[in-house]
Amino acid sequence: MGRNSSAIRRRLSQAAFGAALAAPLLFLLAFFVNPLASIFGVSFIRADGGLDLSGFLNIASSSYYRNILAFTAVQAVISTAVTMAIAVPCALVFARYQFRGKSTLLSLATLPFVLPPVVVAAAFIALLGERGLVNDMLLAIGASDDALLRIERTFGLILLAHVFYNVPVALRILVAFLANQSGTPEEAGRMLGANRRQVFRFISVPLLRPALLSAALIVFIFCFSSFGIVLILGGPQFATLEVEIYRQAAGIFNLPLAGALAVVQLGAMLLAMSAYLASTRRTAALYSGKRAARPIRTVRDRIAVACAVVLLGILLFTPLAAILIRAISPDGTVTLRYFALLAQVPRASVLAVPAVQTIGTSLVIACVAAILSVGLGTALSLLIRQTSGRLGRLVDTVTMLPLATSAVTLGFGFIIALSRPPLDLRSSFWMIPIAHTLIGLPFVVRSVLPSLQSIPRSINEAALLLGARPAQRVLYVDIPLVRRALLVGAAFAFTTSLGEFGAGLFLARPNTPTISTAIYRFLGQPGINNYGQAYALSAMLLLVCLLCFLLIERFRPADASEL
Amino acid sequence: MKRLLIPLLTSFGLLVALPAAAQDDVVTLVTHDSFAISESVIQAFQAETGYTLEILRAGDAGILVNQSVLSAGNPLGDVLFGVDNTFLTRALDGDIFLPYASPALEDVPESLQLDADENRVTPIDFGDVCLNYDAEFFAAAGAPPVPESLDALTDPAYAGLLTVQHPATSSPGLAFLMATIAAFGDSDDTDGYTYLDFWRDLAANDVYISEGWTDAYYGQFSGAAGNEGTRPLVVSYASSPAAEVYYAESAPEVQPTGAITGPGTCFRQIEFAGILDGTDNEAGAQALIDFMLTPAFQEDMPLNMFVYPVIPDAVIPQVFADTVTLSDEPVSLDPALIDANRERWIQEWVETVLQ
Repeated sequence: MGRNSSAIRRRLSQAAFGAALAAPLLFLLAFFVNPLASIFGVSFIRADGGLDLSGFLNIASSSYYRNILAFTAVQAVISTAVTMAIAVPCALVFARYQFRGKSTLLSLATLPFVLPPVVVAAAFIALLGERGLVNDMLLAIGASDDALLRIERTFGLILLAHVFYNVPVALRILVAFLANQSGTPEEAGRMLGANRRQVFRFISVPLLRPALLSAALIVFIFCFSSFGIVLILGGPQFATLEVEIYRQAAGIFNLPLAGALAVVQLGAMLLAMSAYLASTRRTAALYSGKRAARPIRTVRDRIAVACAVVLLGILLFTPLAAILIRAISPDGTVTLRYFALLAQVPRASVLAVPAVQTIGTSLVIACVAAILSVGLGTALSLLIRQTSGRLGRLVDTVTMLPLATSAVTLGFGFIIALSRPPLDLRSSFWMIPIAHTLIGLPFVVRSVLPSLQSIPRSINEAALLLGARPAQRVLYVDIPLVRRALLVGAAFAFTTSLGEFGAGLFLARPNTPTISTAIYRFLGQPGINNYGQAYALSAMLLLVCLLCFLLIERFRPADASEL
Repeated sequence: MKRLLIPLLTSFGLLVALPAAAQDDVVTLVTHDSFAISESVIQAFQAETGYTLEILRAGDAGILVNQSVLSAGNPLGDVLFGVDNTFLTRALDGDIFLPYASPALEDVPESLQLDADENRVTPIDFGDVCLNYDAEFFAAAGAPPVPESLDALTDPAYAGLLTVQHPATSSPGLAFLMATIAAFGDSDDTDGYTYLDFWRDLAANDVYISEGWTDAYYGQFSGAAGNEGTRPLVVSYASSPAAEVYYAESAPEVQPTGAITGPGTCFRQIEFAGILDGTDNEAGAQALIDFMLTPAFQEDMPLNMFVYPVIPDAVIPQVFADTVTLSDEPVSLDPALIDANRERWIQEWVETVLQ
């Protein structure tokens, strides 16, 4: 009898454990596959059920849409090229030399990665806009009596913002790769009589190629799907696919066309993403080992290091400084008035609530999204570890898909899929947190899965022998061992949610704007009050992101994967 | 962990449930960014009806309507104000309104009642979308004369002077596009110069495209008081010059801005309010519609939103009488025609101007 009931209990517990593992798959089905299917629905199927290709025909036949496609690709290529042109030399310097402050600078350089696009766009307007700091300075020194720098609403400003965003991404990938690459092949080359140039040309570059490719691909992906930067800095003249999806869906209300554009975007992203994943598999170091960085000896060394440090310093920190300066001094006089204004609803304000309330809204959303992402991400990681071979790889790929699906596409899909029974969430609080959970999920899995996989099998086997049930093994063995990775994943999901813009723009309701949508509304309105509030709010968001960033850096395991 | 989980879940549950808790003495008005009304009028509504008025600004008129169509049956508020004749059919087709014939409709001219059969929307105000000019700029020596027709805008003398709004995101922008279609003919016109030719010339003449009216008028237009805009011509309303005089810190000797109201240059825009289907306070919503047609509200609109009252008896402020001329021959297009072609027009416009 006792034996029997314990067997039943075991079976029940196994069933519960299985259900816990299946939950994330159901979640993905309801909130990822379902919205995407709806997008395919509006783009392919007419109201009467027939096949409708008008959206696609429209794209193919109109030079306007072909131009948008071309612009999306070309701007991504140019942005990637400029990014790599800056990141590669800097990475070589960082990998070769040991100098004081290197590791601090290197980790600070990752900061842009966690910054919301709205904040970055605001930063570049504050710095280089027609009434920006650089123009103010030029006016002050009398170089001109009119705004000299006129790059607002040009591709130049978009390019700068993309470079700002992506140099850190490329730098981090390249430096990590270089640091784990043994110097032996180069030394062998030198011993065999090759000169420095030959070693660089025939040994270093070919060895670096997979890392270069993978860094360039991820930068390309980010620029190709750029939304907030192009929407805010480009004005009506510029549109990436993402921006056009938003305009067609929210502004013009041409859902079939928006759907068709989203399908095109999705296809392009899937291609780029699978190329990226393939390239990362090849970056597993060929000649792994530690390369010792050498101290600065000659003047040449000194110049190389100084150039890299100054270049990175200017690129990364002047835009952020510009935000802080504009927050306390939007028009030249120092004041905290605009921070005070955040707590009020001025007459005719574009927000229905005090702006400070948007911070609370976004913090709550980010908490929920982080908790959900960590829970589901951990379950998914366990599932991937458990299922070996092809099935595991399939689940792994499916988990990465939300990364390839842009936030705008996701927001659009939510609007059309989750607004009717059985899943009617239109007026519910949950729309944005769920969308953000999907966006955060890949980060959590990328963080947790490697840690889980590195747990020696013997530990789990020991637990099994000692009679631990599956759930107990997860709770008392696996989770405590990967808690640092969990924390990093949670912080990533939290920060991403906090600054997320594309999905929020679709899903935020006017009575509960998120902090990003609030900044966007302020930036779009003229007048010093709106301008001042935009920067005060941006500064606060910047500081919160900075805190999250420090948390991530503090707990990131030394060998954590980069993405 | 478990000890933490319960309070966490409870607080999230509360957060989720709180906004949903309906208060039946509140009427929520969903409207566009340009909505404004005097505090005293809001107080009067509350005193007269016992309802508290909440105002929710959802963006420009187009976004307002789209968002309402997307949330049909589950609305953001009780009453929507700000759908105009260029978006009317989309809103009506989206089935977002409950019919309501306010007793006060009797006094409203029939020409303004575009849904007289079903009364799903109630006309509240009207105005003309016209070009505005910066008087100081055009008075200066060497400046070209104030343009009197739309044709003139393509003259190189006006290069770089005009700001218009994107018709996809702004209702005056869309209205101005309609005016040009009425003036130059649709793209299938075979007699030569169409509205697209006009816009192509305008784009070549360095027209500035703003996303919305506020950015165009207060951000780019040089005539609006106290801003750093650089363009002396903007698409705005026939009544905007009254605003410049009314809000001027000291009475200006010469009117700082003017409206160009020649025949065929203005588009008549009528704004409507409707009760949103799914409201949990239909009685309050009806009270608000009634109130919007009372003299108190109608006479307050001109100086807040610079539009004309639909009730003929409403007294128009002196500054309006002094500075505003409505167009004698405004352009208007049939809402059904607009609805059948709106997307194509915007599409063609985008392809022509933003290429």
